[in-house]
Amino acid sequence: MSLFVPAELKYSKEHEWVKADGKTATVGITHHAQDQLGDVVYVDLPAVGKEFAAMQEFGVVESVKSVSSLYCPVGGKVVEVNTALNDKPQLVNDGPYAEGWMIKLEVKIPAELSSLLTAEEYKKLIEKK
Amino acid sequence: MNYIPHTDGDRERMLKTIGVNSLAALFQDVPEKVKLKKPFSLPSPLSEPELHANLLAASQKNTSPAFLGGGSYSHFIPSVVKQLVSRSEFYTAYTPYQAELSQGMLQVIYEYQTLLCSLTGMDVANASLYDGATALAEACFLACRVTGRKEILVSAALHPEYRKVLKTYVEGAGLRLKEVPFTVEGKTERPDKYLSAESACFALQQPNFFGCIESVGGLAETVHAQGALLVASADPISLGILAAPGKYGADVVVGEGQALGNPVAFGGPGLGIFAAKKEYLRQLPGRIVGLTTDQEGRRGFCLTLQTREQHIRREKAASNICTNEALAALAATLYLSVMGKAGLRKVAELCVQKTNYLRHALTPLKKLVFSTPSFKELVIKSEHKIGLDLSLYYPEFPSCRLISLTELTGKEALDELIKKLSH
Repeated sequence: MSLFVPAELKYSKEHEWVKADGKTATVGITHHAQDQLGDVVYVDLPAVGKEFAAMQEFGVVESVKSVSSLYCPVGGKVVEVNTALNDKPQLVNDGPYAEGWMIKLEVKIPAELSSLLTAEEYKKLIEKK
Repeated sequence: MNYIPHTDGDRERMLKTIGVNSLAALFQDVPEKVKLKKPFSLPSPLSEPELHANLLAASQKNTSPAFLGGGSYSHFIPSVVKQLVSRSEFYTAYTPYQAELSQGMLQVIYEYQTLLCSLTGMDVANASLYDGATALAEACFLACRVTGRKEILVSAALHPEYRKVLKTYVEGAGLRLKEVPFTVEGKTERPDKYLSAESACFALQQPNFFGCIESVGGLAETVHAQGALLVASADPISLGILAAPGKYGADVVVGEGQALGNPVAFGGPGLGIFAAKKEYLRQLPGRIVGLTTDQEGRRGFCLTLQTREQHIRREKAASNICTNEALAALAATLYLSVMGKAGLRKVAELCVQKTNYLRHALTPLKKLVFSTPSFKELVIKSEHKIGLDLSLYYPEFPSCRLISLTELTGKEALDELIKKLSH
């Protein structure tokens, strides 16, 4: 099993990654998550402007064999969604940390970012499984 | 032949196993006052020919048409429908469990979905649900999921039994139901002042329970302006002549499909029609059959988008009912294929003509309750036990009957009815 976990990102226990850039946070699912899901065929993303609390469900990702909920690692307002996933959901498999990103949030409480898992901690979490 | 499988010895053994002395002791929790303390007073058994003669004699007591409708309708069923429905290859109540092995059945369901889409003006249809009532409830649930809202607006002129089923669904799901009243003309009020930012949908029946044709012009715009969905419960036969709900902007179309090639029987089985716009595809309840190609590039049919369904999505499934009415859907498919566009239109026209014939005769007699034009039903004032007693559902209409007519209602029967009502 591949353990591709970029060191510069933060992670949730539900297998989302977060890249913080000032007040904006980009969110996607990890390499491990897409590997477990298999071929992604559909990603249901929220509308821009919608607000979510930390760990609230913001969408669903559907693969050929299952459907999983997507959780917002930190609370905030959606400022951008990756519309490329509408036509090419497989981008989540091809580049989970790059062109497969899902939403960009305006972070409400920056302190929530520090409560997320570090790359090391997340690695341990998926190794245990 | 003995139709009761258990012998006295069987019963004794079962009682012994569970440690109960007698059958009476087993039923001791049943209150005394509801127990039948005498033997059933059944007539002595009849041989099959005797029974046949007996039932035939009873059926011949039905001298005039009952004019019963209210959701189940007697339409002509071409022999070919009955013949093909009875073929053993098709004779199943559900989608087969090893679905893809039954390519013929899946093809029928796929064609059923296609026919329903063209009939309703929608983009996608499922493989059917139980009946018109549960299909309506599922449509309202879909609207609540899509909008994230909890209030369902429903026309008070929508089938009272459907609204009852909807109420049962709503109670468990923590949703709210609000009714939009109807006018003295028998049409649902415009929902404008009832709609709010909390409304998930507005559901109305076309034609409504009284048979009246609702005004739908501009309705979808009003509903959409509040961010709600328009749910239409339609009589599929009426779509031979009335606008497809997709044409007037409905988002979800449901209905009772019994009238399409299925007999009235004793009010069932029904056929729950469910079709929607493409954007709600992933929120559709039930099964969907898709067209695909196999490894060798040959055309094939398969169940598709199953990640909506309960065996994969568990508690987050779009619906917890995946049962379809495969046999009734097959009858509907055959019926629509045999009738064709022109045939269905003819049936619908005949319904309207007969209804108008009766309407014109009854207008001078001042027997009509509603002035709105109707499709194949009329509410009349009468003490005669004909049609459906409307006061069962609407106590505010005592001595009113819902009269149903189809292409099968003959002119003699209508004239006889008019004569009866003239006195």
